[in-house]
Amino acid sequence: MKRKLQLVVIGNGMAGMNAVEQLMKLTDSCDITVIGQEPHPNYNRIMLSYVLDGSKTMDDIVINPRAWYDEAGITLHTGTTATRVDTTRRVVVMDNGHEVGYDRVIIATGSTPFILPVPGADKQGVIGFRSIEDCDRMMEAAKLYKKAAVIGGGLLGLEAAKGLVQLGMDVTVVHLPDFLMERQLDEKAARMLQTELERQGLKFALGKQTQELIGGERVEGLRFSDGTELEAEFVVMAVGIRPNVELARASELAVNRGIVVDDYIRTSAPDVYAVGECTEHRGVCYGLVAPLFEQGAVLAKGLAGVETKPYEGSVCSTKLKVSGVDVFSTGLFLETPECVCVTFHDAWKGTYKKIVLKDNVIAGAVLFGNIDDASKLERLVKQGAEMTEELYNELTGAGGCCGTKANAAADFADDDIVCGCNGVTKKMIVDAITEQGLTTLDEVKACTGASRSCGGCKPLVEQLLQHVLGDGFEAGGSKQGICGCTTMSRDEIVAAIREKGLRSTKEIMNVLDWKQEEGCSKCRPALNYYLGMIWPQTYQDEKESRFVNERMNANIQKDGTYTVVPRMYGGMTTPAELKKIADVSLKYNVPLVKMTGGQRIDIVGVKKEDLPSVWEELDMPSGYAYAKSLRTVKTCVGATYCRFGTQDSMGMGALLERKFERIDYPAKVKFAVNGCPRNCAESCTKDIGIVGNDGGWEIYIGGNGGIKARLADLLCKVKTDEELIEITAAVLQHYRETANYLERTSDWVERIGLEHIHKTTVEDAEGRKQLVARMDEALSSRSEEPWQQVISDKGLRDKMFGKVVFQQ
Amino acid sequence: MNREAAWVAVGKQDDFMPRVGRVILINGVEVAVFRTTEAVYAIENRSPHPKGGPLSEGIVSGHYLYDPLHDWKIDLRDGCVQAPDTGQARTFAVRVEEDSVYIAVM
Repeated sequence: MKRKLQLVVIGNGMAGMNAVEQLMKLTDSCDITVIGQEPHPNYNRIMLSYVLDGSKTMDDIVINPRAWYDEAGITLHTGTTATRVDTTRRVVVMDNGHEVGYDRVIIATGSTPFILPVPGADKQGVIGFRSIEDCDRMMEAAKLYKKAAVIGGGLLGLEAAKGLVQLGMDVTVVHLPDFLMERQLDEKAARMLQTELERQGLKFALGKQTQELIGGERVEGLRFSDGTELEAEFVVMAVGIRPNVELARASELAVNRGIVVDDYIRTSAPDVYAVGECTEHRGVCYGLVAPLFEQGAVLAKGLAGVETKPYEGSVCSTKLKVSGVDVFSTGLFLETPECVCVTFHDAWKGTYKKIVLKDNVIAGAVLFGNIDDASKLERLVKQGAEMTEELYNELTGAGGCCGTKANAAADFADDDIVCGCNGVTKKMIVDAITEQGLTTLDEVKACTGASRSCGGCKPLVEQLLQHVLGDGFEAGGSKQGICGCTTMSRDEIVAAIREKGLRSTKEIMNVLDWKQEEGCSKCRPALNYYLGMIWPQTYQDEKESRFVNERMNANIQKDGTYTVVPRMYGGMTTPAELKKIADVSLKYNVPLVKMTGGQRIDIVGVKKEDLPSVWEELDMPSGYAYAKSLRTVKTCVGATYCRFGTQDSMGMGALLERKFERIDYPAKVKFAVNGCPRNCAESCTKDIGIVGNDGGWEIYIGGNGGIKARLADLLCKVKTDEELIEITAAVLQHYRETANYLERTSDWVERIGLEHIHKTTVEDAEGRKQLVARMDEALSSRSEEPWQQVISDKGLRDKMFGKVVFQQ
Repeated sequence: MNREAAWVAVGKQDDFMPRVGRVILINGVEVAVFRTTEAVYAIENRSPHPKGGPLSEGIVSGHYLYDPLHDWKIDLRDGCVQAPDTGQARTFAVRVEEDSVYIAVM
């Protein structure tokens, strides 16, 4: 076996670990040792402001917990300082006297806050804002003291000041220039920012140079060069950072302000690299996070032997992380004679936008108040995009009322969760889109997991695609197959099954040239359904192509146990059935018996091997609570007992349930039947909702109370029970024949249109008869009651549910 | 491997329905056995997904298994989870001799 490359990383911060993570994605050919000065695992320093304002805890901002290092096979030394890289002996020397040999070294020692070299800077109560310890000290100080000063009106200073205000301190920001954030903002935006922050309780002393920190052992105030003083019991210095270069100096590497690196992140010594805030690249030391990722990417590729473009410096973008203040700047932001600026200042809305053009190329921008266009502008600056009439209209909202389209996803913060099921943030999606060149919803789904579970976030993900790709994205524009195995649509497949007479999933996949020979968990159940729908008499259902629940005839729970829901036609049961349910539940020791939302009883937590016995002893039919089939028919008491009732809803409910149960539908189907318009059984949220009134029934379709709530539409009114059953059959068969697999009636109605359904199933009497005939054919060839089938087939029972135990 | 693997006979090939998993409890470890068109595979009946759950009820395609609860795609040959997800389930060696299925246990 090839010997692994010994890689030593000095510094356990974001830069070093990001480079390591990027490297590990490319290769596993390195043995990695990490030497970190801080006693804890690495954390996201950018989030310190959130820790300070209390919206996040230390645990929230840990990037890689200790277990990650173990799992990744990384040797981690915390609380240890590397003092020198001995480039002749090729070892890293540590302060505890130990040495580690290396093939490659990454120096990622970061930076420290710059402490102004003024008298009194060493007094108690004077700190920088850089680490978790600083956060702790600030929170401590807020409990004991009242008056604080923050020296530095840059990004970090303002975030620290806001944090201290939130902790209840009286805070003055002291700043040498005349306006805030002069390295990121122009004066106009800075003034607007100051006004907003003053409203939030910050005070400012601008144009003030701190000459001395006064007081005894502990700081008591600041004296400025103009002779004035400011009282302060606690001082935070946030005047900038200084790259940590001591180790590099001791190792005799080339150092200016930072450790000098070339376009491939190499230092002056062979096999020694440096990344992040400790470096100086083309004369620039960066203090922001984006360059660190970009340098890390080039470095990782270099180490992994993957071809890489050189690093040519970063365009820096800034966003201030203070709640209620939206400021953004990217690239050039100051007007110089060779620049042309597009500016909008809306004093009423409190927004400001400036786009800086250099030779008509978008070179930078400043936004205040509304930063919707931030990511777009950042992208344009990075691309060096030229300003066009079109782009101008887009960016300024000019050219008509619809200049800018509302895009809710654009307003999300980077770490806002887009997909709540799988915990996918906006940033993860945007990164996947930009870094891997994704262009479709399905690609994003496959790559990030977003919208893979409930699908509720699909519109948001599409908006993000739109947002990132701009005009390059067309929702549903490119041809999408029903899954990754094919490019054919549902309609094309169904047509091919009919025309070519395909009779099994295997045949479909062979003839239609499936990419994965035996399909996947998406297409197999779908094809199984289409085949059964098209060839009701002859198709042999494939158990192995059914979802677990439909195969086992019970709903699997997260611990691998199952739930059992017996049929109770129309929501009616008997004392004898209730007693059986109670007896079985006791005998099999189920942890929970629960009422369902559909007027039935759910026996929860049955072991797989007990399922056949439970069914046998219940001796009731399956309620199909697991199936893409008719689930429940909810009824009210109706004319039989209710004083308002006009129709026999219980009787009709039970009749419909018996008639339409036990065949496959594209998705689950729920009914409700009501005896009067009071609608106690809630027809409006059911696939088929029936409302009785004096002299007839109303039929509603396409209701849904689930993921996407939708009120049912009135399809028609009928006078007789026969008409009711006939039209219901026609609607259900039309749904079976035209809906996509897994498409609920609510989506189906919206897709093909209520009017069309009305024409086909109500107006066209001949067509309706044919639909009903096909429904009857399906109903007449339906399978045996599934629980009975298992109970009576010993072989099936053993093979599917039996538990085999070996003990040695 | 320090210890010699022990082969346990778990049944005839026909005891396993094609592409439908079956659980065998061997020395307290739940093993899900799948007979595919290619071979017989044995994998620990525990999803590598952080939320766990069984694997035996997944949909089988070739030598891949789709996790029934989370739809992760897992290679039955080595237990490796396919991208974009990551992880690995424990697998066991399987031998088929004269129609009998044997699983290697430690």
